Amino acid sequence: MAEKPTDPDAAAASQEEIDAEIAQVHRDYESRKATDGEETSARLNFPPYRSSLLRHPTKSLHHADPEEIELHSPAFGHQDVSPLEADLTIQHHGEPIGERIVVTGRVLDGDGRPVANQLIEMWQANAAGRYMHKRDQHPAPLDPNFTGVGRALTGPNGEYTFTTIKPAPYPWKNHHNAWRSAHLHFSMFGTDFTQRIVTQMYFPGDPIFDLDPIYQSITDPKARDRLVAEYDHSVSQHEWNTGYRWDIVLSGSNRTWSEQEEH
Amino acid sequence: MARTPGDLTPIPAQTVGPFFGFALPYEGGPDLVDRSHRQAVRLHGTVYDGDGIPVPDALIEIWQPDGEGRIPAEPGSLHRDGHTFTGWGRAAVDAVGHYSFTTVEPGATSAGAAPFVLVTVFARGLMDRLFTRTYLPEHTDALAADPLLASVPENRRHTLIAARDDDGGLRFDIRFQGQDETVFLSYPNTPQVTGPVD
Repeated sequence: MAEKPTDPDAAAASQEEIDAEIAQVHRDYESRKATDGEETSARLNFPPYRSSLLRHPTKSLHHADPEEIELHSPAFGHQDVSPLEADLTIQHHGEPIGERIVVTGRVLDGDGRPVANQLIEMWQANAAGRYMHKRDQHPAPLDPNFTGVGRALTGPNGEYTFTTIKPAPYPWKNHHNAWRSAHLHFSMFGTDFTQRIVTQMYFPGDPIFDLDPIYQSITDPKARDRLVAEYDHSVSQHEWNTGYRWDIVLSGSNRTWSEQEEH
Repeated sequence: MARTPGDLTPIPAQTVGPFFGFALPYEGGPDLVDRSHRQAVRLHGTVYDGDGIPVPDALIEIWQPDGEGRIPAEPGSLHRDGHTFTGWGRAAVDAVGHYSFTTVEPGATSAGAAPFVLVTVFARGLMDRLFTRTYLPEHTDALAADPLLASVPENRRHTLIAARDDDGGLRFDIRFQGQDETVFLSYPNTPQVTGPVD
């Protein structure tokens, strides 16, 4: 069904062609937003992201009324996650290279309830834009003191904090001269199976935002902004790190909460 | 500009990307029980793209009740103690798109209900996770009475039902597109945007 090359190594289109395709999808969305409604998610079918062409469902998702098992989430506890795993800068003997940052925020559900004692997994490229992954072969250095994997459990008010190194943008082969905006990957569960999400946190003012089809697969500019952390000087620490704040709202729970469960 | 104060709109998802392999899969992730468990069963399958080619960079998670239909609430899915059934597993596909879990067959969570395992699919190229279910093939009456299956067009229902292997295992292939495109699920409070579809 795809006319466009879907080979991840094709790198066929120019940035200008990709930009024009993105602009067209966004224009179509804006012109239909009033009737079709605001989109708050990324599109599964987003042709400028070539790998989505053969990997999106071609039929509408089927409505399911959640059953009991879907109203619960897998549980993770302190035996699963050491508090030390939230600091990605201490996993090796030496100091990793790059800008030390702290990323902190709260995880809430769509009704504003804090999502407490829940697993957050985080992973990322290093300060040179290279992942500790055998398939990432672009010629940027690996850092022997940085793996780029962290985990944390949220606190009683849904709060989390990671200490890490700011990742760099990196090239990929979606099109010719394609670069990803710098980002951290986040994985979260919520209190319902239905709240499971994997997403990416971005840094404010990234010059690559407009060029990045993965970021732009979120058609609504307000929705894109929700993935961008803000620089927070109160999180920066003297002689130690710069700070970012990123609050995360998961979807609403599908469970009918009783008064007792809420607190 | 980040989220405006008081905004409770859920965040959008983004693809898991190609480079999750060093971060998300972990030792013991696909093993909800040990292979020597008396009820151990293999749940496995292949993930295919729209050209019918196996997807080598997908990640599958499952969530299920135990053999008696009880919903687990115990932690310990990342550091398994070898005894506690936590109901959750994670497996990356291999170079030919194949995943495999060792688990127990789920029990019915209420009398007469059709047992199923919940499946979540992540992949490079897939902007947001996809939810689906795999039902056990033998519970004919319960399958016929299942409200979700009944709501799925008959010609697509088979995509939600695992096949029984000769050795007793359960095979559940996942197809993003094509004639046997898997039925993927959406839930009332869980926004998801497909983009243009049929």
